[in-house]
Amino acid sequence: MARRVFGEPVRRREDPRLLTGRALFVDDVELPGMLHVAFVRSSFAHGRLNGVDAAAARARPGVVAVITAEDLGSYWQAGPLLVPPPPIEGIVFHQRTQVILARDKVRHAGEPIAAVVAESRYLAEDAAAEIYADVDPLEPVVDLERALAPGAPRVHDDLGSNLAAHVRQSKGDYAAARRRARRVVGRRFTYDHGAAAAMENRGIVARWDGREEQLTVWDTTQAPIPIRNGLARMLGLAESQVRVIAPFIGGGFGPKIMMFYPEEMLLPWLARHLGRPVKWIEDRAENFFATSQERSQIHDAELAVDGEGRILGVRDRFLHDSGAYDPYGLTVPINSQCTLLGPYRVPNYDSEFKAVFTNKTIVTPYRGAGRQHGVFVMERLLDLAARELGLDPVEIRRRNYIPPEDFPHHHGLIYQDFSELVYDSGNYEPALDQAVEMIGWRRFKEEEQPRARRDGRQLGIGVVSYVEGTGIGPYEGARVTVETSGTVSVTTGVGTQGQGHFTSFAQVVAEQLGVDLDRVRVVTGDTGEFHWGTGTFASRGAVVAGNACHAAAAAVRDKILKLASELLEASAEDLELAEGEVRVRGVPGSAITLGELAAKANPLRGAVRPGTEPGLEATTYFGPARGATASGVHAMIVEVDPETLMVKILRYVVVHDCGTVINPLILEGQIVGGVAQGIGNAFYEQLVYDGEGQLLNASFMDYLLPTASDVPPVETGHVVTPSPLNPLGIKGAGEAGAIPTGPLFAQAVEDALRGAGLGLEQLEILEIPLSPNRLFELTEALRQGGGS
Amino acid sequence: MSEPRNVEPAAEASRVTATLRVNGEDHTVVFPVHHTLLEVLREGCGLTGTKHGCELGECGACAVLLDGRPVLSCLVLAAEAAGHEVETVEGLQEGNRLHPLQAAFADLGAAQCGYCTPGILMTAKALLAQNPEPTAEEIEEALAGNLCRCTGYRKIVQAVAWAAAILRGEEERPPEEAFLGSPLPEVRR
Repeated sequence: MARRVFGEPVRRREDPRLLTGRALFVDDVELPGMLHVAFVRSSFAHGRLNGVDAAAARARPGVVAVITAEDLGSYWQAGPLLVPPPPIEGIVFHQRTQVILARDKVRHAGEPIAAVVAESRYLAEDAAAEIYADVDPLEPVVDLERALAPGAPRVHDDLGSNLAAHVRQSKGDYAAARRRARRVVGRRFTYDHGAAAAMENRGIVARWDGREEQLTVWDTTQAPIPIRNGLARMLGLAESQVRVIAPFIGGGFGPKIMMFYPEEMLLPWLARHLGRPVKWIEDRAENFFATSQERSQIHDAELAVDGEGRILGVRDRFLHDSGAYDPYGLTVPINSQCTLLGPYRVPNYDSEFKAVFTNKTIVTPYRGAGRQHGVFVMERLLDLAARELGLDPVEIRRRNYIPPEDFPHHHGLIYQDFSELVYDSGNYEPALDQAVEMIGWRRFKEEEQPRARRDGRQLGIGVVSYVEGTGIGPYEGARVTVETSGTVSVTTGVGTQGQGHFTSFAQVVAEQLGVDLDRVRVVTGDTGEFHWGTGTFASRGAVVAGNACHAAAAAVRDKILKLASELLEASAEDLELAEGEVRVRGVPGSAITLGELAAKANPLRGAVRPGTEPGLEATTYFGPARGATASGVHAMIVEVDPETLMVKILRYVVVHDCGTVINPLILEGQIVGGVAQGIGNAFYEQLVYDGEGQLLNASFMDYLLPTASDVPPVETGHVVTPSPLNPLGIKGAGEAGAIPTGPLFAQAVEDALRGAGLGLEQLEILEIPLSPNRLFELTEALRQGGGS
Repeated sequence: MSEPRNVEPAAEASRVTATLRVNGEDHTVVFPVHHTLLEVLREGCGLTGTKHGCELGECGACAVLLDGRPVLSCLVLAAEAAGHEVETVEGLQEGNRLHPLQAAFADLGAAQCGYCTPGILMTAKALLAQNPEPTAEEIEEALAGNLCRCTGYRKIVQAVAWAAAILRGEEERPPEEAFLGSPLPEVRR
């Protein structure tokens, strides 16, 4: 028998390339005759663009072309709407997508106005500095509430206001539930997310081959197939003339989704227009200004509970910052709206949001994709209600969990995938028990915290839970081929940005075909290799593409068994696949290798009979009816220095349920990496815009990512509730680690500072991100207020 | 195009010819005098394993060793590196054998997207040359200038500590089938 590989922590098959510097990233593509592109970007957040004077730049040696909106002729266009608004009754949605180059207005600092093409990057950037964009600055729209006030300046002149969308979803009767409530707690919450800050900036290399009439684009995208489809349509080419390759990608986290960024639309056009390969590699400042982000929401929310702390209902009104354009539709605020419900039974819910255009960088999903915002609101409301009722945070959560017998759980809302929000499966209480046990909740509260306080140390503990809708459709496909060498090729359309797809997909296929992992070769992210698919986002790669690989491998397995049963004159039930062979069980010497079988399946003599196909190959698609709901509980212990308000994480526990696990090593990496981003979001990272719409901290010196010293060891535990929505029982895991860290931080820091005799008994943390500065402001306000 | 790569026509006058010793091999390259070591390694020597992440010295993705010391190659002029020993990730393995750091990274899953990894491997190599038995805190300190957005660092710190143990001869080198899908050995934490 071959060793089992599915479910095992096998080493990643992509690592030899990555660890030796051989892996190809977009910036490593070097083509003969390649030209380099630099962009002139708006320095104003909002302004009327009167014209562009590029004469001096065009005259510089080494400059091949300067392109403005005017030079694009009929190619000038707005990018596609990637996700249309979901079918929610009464929905208002105004579609305004980004343009290739600004023509009459600039709507955020960093918006591209002109592109310079030159013989080198240096020459292109020097020339760009000589281009004069004649902009009359306009009052920028920065603040979310003022954006909707009457008389506010408008980001899009043709709209009556800055309202991008208005959505209300409700179930039950919140007003009636509120009347029955023993307690109602309501607050204003603000949650700001941040920059994905992948270590690799964006980049594009495009080549037009005039002889072959083929366009090849290397693109740092998470979704090469939608990019291929869109570029073909925009350029008037057949899809078969466009090949988009997403090679190794240095981190995606959402903003590298199929965005149709201005640069992504322009570079392929330039390559065709100029007949020479072109390259643009984003610099770090551009990444802060021009790569999409996730930012602030302001929630006015209240929770109605009965005397035992059971949730009667939730009412929420929130504003969502869309930035200057809304190409990704309403995915982020819909996620906030739906994920707020968490793992809890919420019989009555009334949620309404307004998405707002502002003169800031575009907002699209970044790891968590709005789920953080909703989870923060709900978890904080539960903490506040627990405090009023004298319950502890563990108990109020336990009392409100959806019980295991109540699945599938219908919420009666529309989710981001346009289907009803239904939790397929889950078992929440064991995860809570495990997390509470691992963190030592009781011991901490009874012994460690009092002891520390006696020693003058302020320690606090927190526990939060969350769900994550993962693995949404529409579908992915995979092709599995047994080659005559015995190598098994697996090809799928999704891109990969570090998730270990070369390994996990190989594990799925190797298990089906009884071959060693080293005989399985996985290809992802190349539209020349696989035609159909969507991409890697929404924690869906392993779920949707993984199940497509599984289905294709199962179909090949059937072909193997059928052919082998003819050749070996045995019934298929008596055959087994192992060690790269198929053989009659218990009959030594009966084996035929898969390579030999593949050769016999594609004979040089003899016809392919009707109803059969040559080769041992299958292409199969998998489309889940809806997303699978993963869940988890995070707990942590912090120490807060009451003088400096620095927070040190002493312990961090994650108990997670993502259904069946393909590779625990990869899963743990996803979880811990997510936690690190959650910690950054909670305590280090904030995009700071001034009143002029200028991003003040667009560098790693000023926008602080967690470093090796800032991320504690993360202890993980698992609950496995397989999803009934796919044959492998998988739920996604990519975003989970990053989702609940904000409310966890808030709860634990509050626990450390309240009741410590510091005059901070009224401390409530209603916002994320925090920082030592912000904590100082919050605590100082209380101390001042208490003293006066 | 007949011109050599990475040469600005407008900057002909300021081109220099220099021999860089990279991973024990001499590379004679012609480049504009203002080009950084990062650019010349990638574009002149064709060694693209070293990555650029910010070109401002803020992220550590481009770290290489200059005479054994980690430097940010985006802040070093290539001309300054002439006459010094440059080491990049491409020179880490010996023949087909992975360096213990590389092997430990694979064994523990310390790389995800892999973009920051070359800079971290080189910085860690310099650390271990100077301090064969670093504590976790010393490893974190040494890597404080290397940003990683995928892993959360913990596996990286463990992998460096494990590689140190291998280099001290206290741990077995990982089995040769390290990349053939074999189950992981038990790792002492």
